[in-house]
Amino acid sequence: MSDKITFTIDGVEVKAAKGQTILQAADEAGIYIPRLCNMSGLIPYGSCRVCTVIVNGRPQSACTQPAAEGMIVENETEELLTHRKNIVDMLFVEGNHYCMSCEKSGNCELQALAYRFGIAAPKYPYMFPNRSVDATHPDIFIDRNRCILCARCVRASRDLDGKGVFEFVGRGPNKSIAVNANARLKDTNLDITDKAVDVCPVGAIIKKRVGFAVPIGQRKYDTKPIGSEIEAQNK
Amino acid sequence: MAKPKVATTSLAGCFGCHMSLLDIDDRILKLVELVDFDKSPIDDIKEFTGQCAIGLVEGGCANEENVRVLQDFRKHCDILISVGDCATMGGLPALRNTITLEECLNEAYLDGPTVYNPDGVIPNDKEIPLCLDRVYPCNEVVKIDYNLPGCPPSADTLWEALVALLTDKPVSLPYELIKYD
Repeated sequence: MSDKITFTIDGVEVKAAKGQTILQAADEAGIYIPRLCNMSGLIPYGSCRVCTVIVNGRPQSACTQPAAEGMIVENETEELLTHRKNIVDMLFVEGNHYCMSCEKSGNCELQALAYRFGIAAPKYPYMFPNRSVDATHPDIFIDRNRCILCARCVRASRDLDGKGVFEFVGRGPNKSIAVNANARLKDTNLDITDKAVDVCPVGAIIKKRVGFAVPIGQRKYDTKPIGSEIEAQNK
Repeated sequence: MAKPKVATTSLAGCFGCHMSLLDIDDRILKLVELVDFDKSPIDDIKEFTGQCAIGLVEGGCANEENVRVLQDFRKHCDILISVGDCATMGGLPALRNTITLEECLNEAYLDGPTVYNPDGVIPNDKEIPLCLDRVYPCNEVVKIDYNLPGCPPSADTLWEALVALLTDKPVSLPYELIKYD
């Protein structure tokens, strides 16, 4: 007897518990499906579409799609790599990502995905949008130039910290991350120990006075590609 | 057979990428065996003497002279390479892209806290290249064949790419050599 579900990813048989998503099952099996908005411990959101896989011939986001018996999942195909590269390219050009002066560089998941995909430069023209910085809080600042609208901070603050400090305002190209107070970050009850402060995949939410602590060469993604820790379980 | 020629220039850059090229250390002796340098700050040749195999461009386009030099490089180089983040995406000079040119000039020459300019003149001599409305990455001005990211790209990145191109091999950089900082 078994309440395990069996399905395949790129022809490899994978087992999943009932209720697990494709992404969770793949992680446990040591198969890396690239992702950006998804983070273990947060409610899946399915917004970035980087984790898109082909399920029985149709595109689905692996972070939200539950695994089902016998499903055939494609992950590492040329088509999906192109799709994922395109998303990362677009995220780079629609913000102001100055990696050379960013505290998060080397530990940034957006940058790490671009490295893993071997992107030397985005293929789209840069938009240079005019975005704001909120440095009013004594310990934390928001740099919206770097925000990729993944909603990790929104979810962490709401579901883990029980505070609901962050929310989105605006639509389309004007969408941005905002705080629950009518004014600025210092007017909120955000605290430096909040989980919401640690979940940002890029350098949009930064703790003050701790940047550049780790030298170049020893940062998270300097020598090991993102996802290699998941793939290492498989070897 | 004559050695292929390489040209280099720094547009709106800081010469850091050229410094990184010098960081190839003693491999520069091997490089001199492989190529001759044409127009470049390295040998101080000011104008192209002929067609070059490879052009290395550091920095983006912040003024009209940058654009003219870049177009000249495109004309004279078979392969044109954006070297570094400024050439690729504008880099730090592009921080002014969300501010109007008038505001930038006012801040630099009139309103800045350390400005001493009793006549209140913003330099406008015809010898000074006119600033563009914003900083343009090189590939928005001419066709660019390869991008070598980094601030600066490491000496190894430059070396690997140059040697691959000069020996007719594909430029495929290992993971450690594609970095944006």
